[in-house]
Amino acid sequence: MTKSELIENIVARQPQLSPKDVELAVKTMLDYMSQSLSSGERIEIRGFGSFSLHYRAPRTGRNPKTGETVELKGKYVPHFKPGKELRDQVNDSGEEE
Amino acid sequence: MAALTKAELAEKLFEELGLNKREAKDMVDIFFDEIRDSLGRNEQVKLSGFGNFDLRDKRQRPGRNPKTGEEIPISARRVVTFKPGQKLKVRVEAYAGTQPQS
Repeated sequence: MTKSELIENIVARQPQLSPKDVELAVKTMLDYMSQSLSSGERIEIRGFGSFSLHYRAPRTGRNPKTGETVELKGKYVPHFKPGKELRDQVNDSGEEE
Repeated sequence: MAALTKAELAEKLFEELGLNKREAKDMVDIFFDEIRDSLGRNEQVKLSGFGNFDLRDKRQRPGRNPKTGEEIPISARRVVTFKPGQKLKVRVEAYAGTQPQS
């Protein structure tokens, strides 16, 4: 499912809203989530999961082409931990009936 | 630090888009429901600019009850992984916070 398919699915369930409004709402939510994470704030969505930042320590890397060493600075990367409901729903879909 | 929740997302939609409180709350609920349902149908979710929710099948592997030391196999399962998009990675990398989150 892509972002535009997600928007279509929401429109189908919220027919009183215009597709334009739904599109704007989806973009606003994703932007707000990105903004929170990039300011160091966690996201906690009950039943879905949580997003947080994980720290990657500075390390010495190597350019695979030239073999030259490079000093890489410490950085943060986004991390998602699925919540129980999501884990169960996904795992059940894989079971043989 | 406080975390961003569904209530705050709904508040944002109320303030910025002028959805009424009911519509804003429903919108946030449906947004996450749809993503979860898609993953539940074994369908990957790709949100450009934010990231992709992918599915991986894990084989059964040996496990152990950490309390009793008893060996119990961890059953085969399907799990969700999140791969942040380029745009989100760049924004987060720039975070100059000094306290890594646990």
